[in-house]
This record gives sequence, C-alpha cells and structure tokens, in this order.
Amino acid sequence: MSEAIPSAALAPVIAVAAPRSVTEETPLTRNVLIGVAVAFLGLFLLLPLAVVFTEAMAKGAGAFFATFEEPDARAAIRLTLIVAAIVVPLNALFGVCAAWAISKFSFPGKSVLITLIDLPFSVSPVVSGLVYVLVFGSQGLLGPTFAAYGIQVVFAIPGIVLATIFVTFPFVARELIPLMQEQGTVEEEAALTLGASGFRTFLTVTLPNIKWGLLYGVLLANARAMGEFGAVSVVSGHIRGLTNTIPLQVEILYNEYNIVSAFALASLLAGLALVTLGFKTLLEWRYAGQIAGRRRH
Amino acid sequence: MSAAAPVANKKARSFTAPSVIPGFRATFGFTIFYLSLVVLFPLSLLIFRASSLGLSGLYGIAVEPRVAAALRTSFFISFAAAAIDVVFGLITAWVLTRYEFPGRRFLDAIVDLPFALPTAVAGIALAALYAPNGWLGEPLADYDIKIAYTRWGILVALVFVGLPFVVRTVQPLLAEIDAELEEASATLGASRAQTVWRVLLPPILPALLTGFALAFARSVGEYGSVIFIAGNLAYISEIAPLLIIVKLEQFDYAGATGIATIMLAISFSVLLAINLIQAWSQKRFGHV
Repeated sequence: MSEAIPSAALAPVIAVAAPRSVTEETPLTRNVLIGVAVAFLGLFLLLPLAVVFTEAMAKGAGAFFATFEEPDARAAIRLTLIVAAIVVPLNALFGVCAAWAISKFSFPGKSVLITLIDLPFSVSPVVSGLVYVLVFGSQGLLGPTFAAYGIQVVFAIPGIVLATIFVTFPFVARELIPLMQEQGTVEEEAALTLGASGFRTFLTVTLPNIKWGLLYGVLLANARAMGEFGAVSVVSGHIRGLTNTIPLQVEILYNEYNIVSAFALASLLAGLALVTLGFKTLLEWRYAGQIAGRRRH
Repeated sequence: MSAAAPVANKKARSFTAPSVIPGFRATFGFTIFYLSLVVLFPLSLLIFRASSLGLSGLYGIAVEPRVAAALRTSFFISFAAAAIDVVFGLITAWVLTRYEFPGRRFLDAIVDLPFALPTAVAGIALAALYAPNGWLGEPLADYDIKIAYTRWGILVALVFVGLPFVVRTVQPLLAEIDAELEEASATLGASRAQTVWRVLLPPILPALLTGFALAFARSVGEYGSVIFIAGNLAYISEIAPLLIIVKLEQFDYAGATGIATIMLAISFSVLLAINLIQAWSQKRFGHV
C-alpha cells in the first residue's frame, strides 16, 4: 500500500505530460469520476460503518464492555451462536448434496431445481418469517397439532432456526454448483476406476477441489445467519433473555434509547461483517480460480 | 425384496444419464426432501392461503387505503433507489475496474458491505447518521433538509442495500471488454465520449438492467435497514414489509398473507424480467 501511493500520486502528472492513449479519458474526467465514486462510497458505506464504532465507544470503553455483562445481551449472543451452529452445518450439508447431484449427473428439470434452490433469495425476509407463522402459528396448519404435543415452534427457538435456515438456504449450494459444474467428473471417475469407494472419492478428490468454495459459502451463510433480522423478528416473539438474537436485542436497546449498548452489540455484528469481508477478499484474491465467487449475489 | 431393487435401479437409470459416479439417489433425494420441507412446503402454504382469499379478496386487500399507500411507498421508492444505484453503481464499477488509484482494493472490498452488514446494524447506523443530531443530519438541518424519519430516509437506506447488486453485476463485464473495440472505434474517428456511449455502454446495458432489477427486488422486500430511519407513519412512510408485521400483530392473518402474496408476485415478475433480459442479451451480445 505504502509503495503504491507515490507512484499513484505521480500518475496524473505523467498522464498530462505523455500523449494520452485513445482508450483513456482525460485526466480531468478520470479524477472527477474517481472523486464521485470515492465520495459516494464514503458517504453511503464508510460513514455508517464509522458511526457504529464511534457510537459504541461514545461513553468510553467502560460503557462499551458493560454492555456485554448484561444477562440479556449474553443470552442474545448465546442464542445467536446456537442458531448459527445448527443452521450453517445443515445448509452446508445440503449445499454439498445439491451440488453433487446437480453437477455430477444429468437429469431432466435441472435448471428448474437450481431456480427453486435460489428462491429464498427473492423472498422478502418478512415473508420468509410469515410462511412459518402460517405453518406453525396458533392459527397455522400444523400449529395446533404441535401444540397438542407440547412443542412450540413459532415464538420459540425452533421457529428462529427454521426462519434462519430459509434465508441462508441457497448460500453454499449456489457457490458450489457452478464451481463443481466447471470441474466436471473426470477426476472422480479416475478415482472410482482405480477402486476408491464413493465416499473416499468425495473426501480425497472432490473435497480438496471445492474446499475454498465451500469455506466461502459457509462464511457468507454464517454472516447472514448471525445477522438476520426481518425473518427472525417475525417468528421470535421478542422474549427477552429467551428468544432474542443479537440483532433483535440491538433493536430493543435502540428503541429504549440505550444507544451505547445498542451500538456496542451492533459493533460485534459489524466486526463479524468486516472479518467476513476480509476473508472473502482474501479468498477471492488468493484462490480466484477455486471459488465461483464474484458472480451474481 | 430381490425383485424390487433392480426395478428401482432401472427407474433411477432412466431418470439420469448413465454414470459410474455413485450417490445420486442419496444426494438428490436429500436435496429434494430438504428443499420441499424448508422452502417449498411453507411457500406453497402461503400461496394456498392466498388462493382461498380469491382474486377479489386479494384485490380488496390491495386497495385498502393503508395497504395501497404502503405498496406504493415500497414500489416507488425502491424504483428510485435502484435508479440511483444504477448511475452510481456504474460509475463505481467503471472506476474500480479501469483506474488505478490508492485505496482501490479497499474500496472494491467495501462495496460488498451491504451484503455482509446485518440489516438492523445498517438501519440504526443510518438512522443515527441522519437523525437531527447526527453527523449528517445536523448540518443538513441548518438547510431545513430532513432525511431521517421521512421518505428520504427510506430512499437513503434502499440506496445502501441495492448498491452492490449493480456494481457486482456490471463489474465483470467491464473487465472483459476487448480493448480492440475501443481502439477500432477511436481510429474510425469517434471521440472518447462517442466510444463510451456507443461502443462500451450498449453491451453492458443488459447487466445494468439486471443489476437494476436485483436492486429493486431486494429493496421492495427490505425491512431491517429501513424501519429505523423511516419514521413508519401510516400512509406516509410505512413500507409494505412493515405492514405485514403490523397485520400479524393484529392477528389479521388474511391481510398479512394478501400483502405477502402481492410482494411475492412482484419478486417473481422481477425474476422473470431478469431471465428475459438475459435471454435477450445472450441473443444480441452473446453474453449474459
């Protein structure tokens, strides 16, 4: 980075001195465009991010850390970790299975199946929560039956898990499908003809080929699982210390004008987002060929 | 027992093309099972509930003044936000792929922030930023400009969530454009502006439209980042997803189902539009 600055600072000077290539804009246009992009990204992306950390520390480190001593905040953090620990492995398993079936075999209706897997991305988070209320709510299809057996789904942890599964459903699958389609079946066929079992072929041939893509998908799914708000908000019931995840606790604290605590908890999620972005960038940069990445989100 | 196995085998074989690779039935079966259980069953129940309302029932819900106002608010502000994202997303994508400047890599990485940052966090951050005592709200208040707790607040939040869709859809195409095309255009006497306008932009138009559609679809359904900054006044700054929650809290399940169905219909039309754009692009430009 530090080496890049002097040469880039010189760049406009050189551009003025040397005859401009026909495929370049004038230095003025160029600098204006860079200025507009930097200002826009700064205003819309960096400033909100900076606000989170500044507000969290507005009353000093003591108030910041006191937030995490609160039993409700601790319960929210614990619940968020539990939900992610259930949801992410399940969706990763599903992603691997779906990608295996779709990329290694040909069967009719494959593109329909891929579209259906992508479906949760085009559904509003609130609607994702609502559908589970319609299934498991007290007026829902299965709600009364489950209630008769003493199982509460909506306004309890199972509902939160289901809604989170729904919104993070496609992440791993859509990362692995294009990647495994590109890799084809030749290596697996070679392993199988050499006598490896199917599972061993997967572990020793397929998995090493897809590990970075898998990690990439898991990271994105995890960030979303821990941060999901709309869908979880509909099914959670907002019971303090019981069914509040971190984002829901942030909402409650904010609405109570407990701004420092709200932003302190939020900074935890913002930190997670930054770590996720960092890993993502690293993976894209280091293993560009081994992840599908950079496609449509 | 022994007779059943070959039959099942034969059935599987006629469904998939022959392959030595094992595990089709297990993985395909689990995929379909999990997909049906988690996604298709709940969604089809929503459609089923909506169909019991009938078209006239749905229409009745849609024209209720408060619902109609919320749908209008969501629809038009999402449209405006997606349009703003197209303009600035294109400039951002252009700058990030074509120019070298200090901090470029960092900005490129940060574009994905709205994907990674939980919506509730974005929501309270934007609200704090534009509130009358916020970093931006305070100086703007001197000019009598109010953003937080008005419709402008909704617009700001939706511009935030939609931006990466446009940038990430356009960026790969801008990176792939053949420099020879630009050189040919220049040697044939076109000015730089003409080259950009008539040679570079047409092939990325489908990507811009796709980015617009994705940003729009996301914005219509967005909840978390909007509600903190919107003010949520019925008839004025209330968005459709919030109204679903309001209806649910009033135990008006039919109303909530109706709004959700209308929103699903909007999402699916957008998905269809994206597919049509891509089919057209494939035919016209040979790429998606």
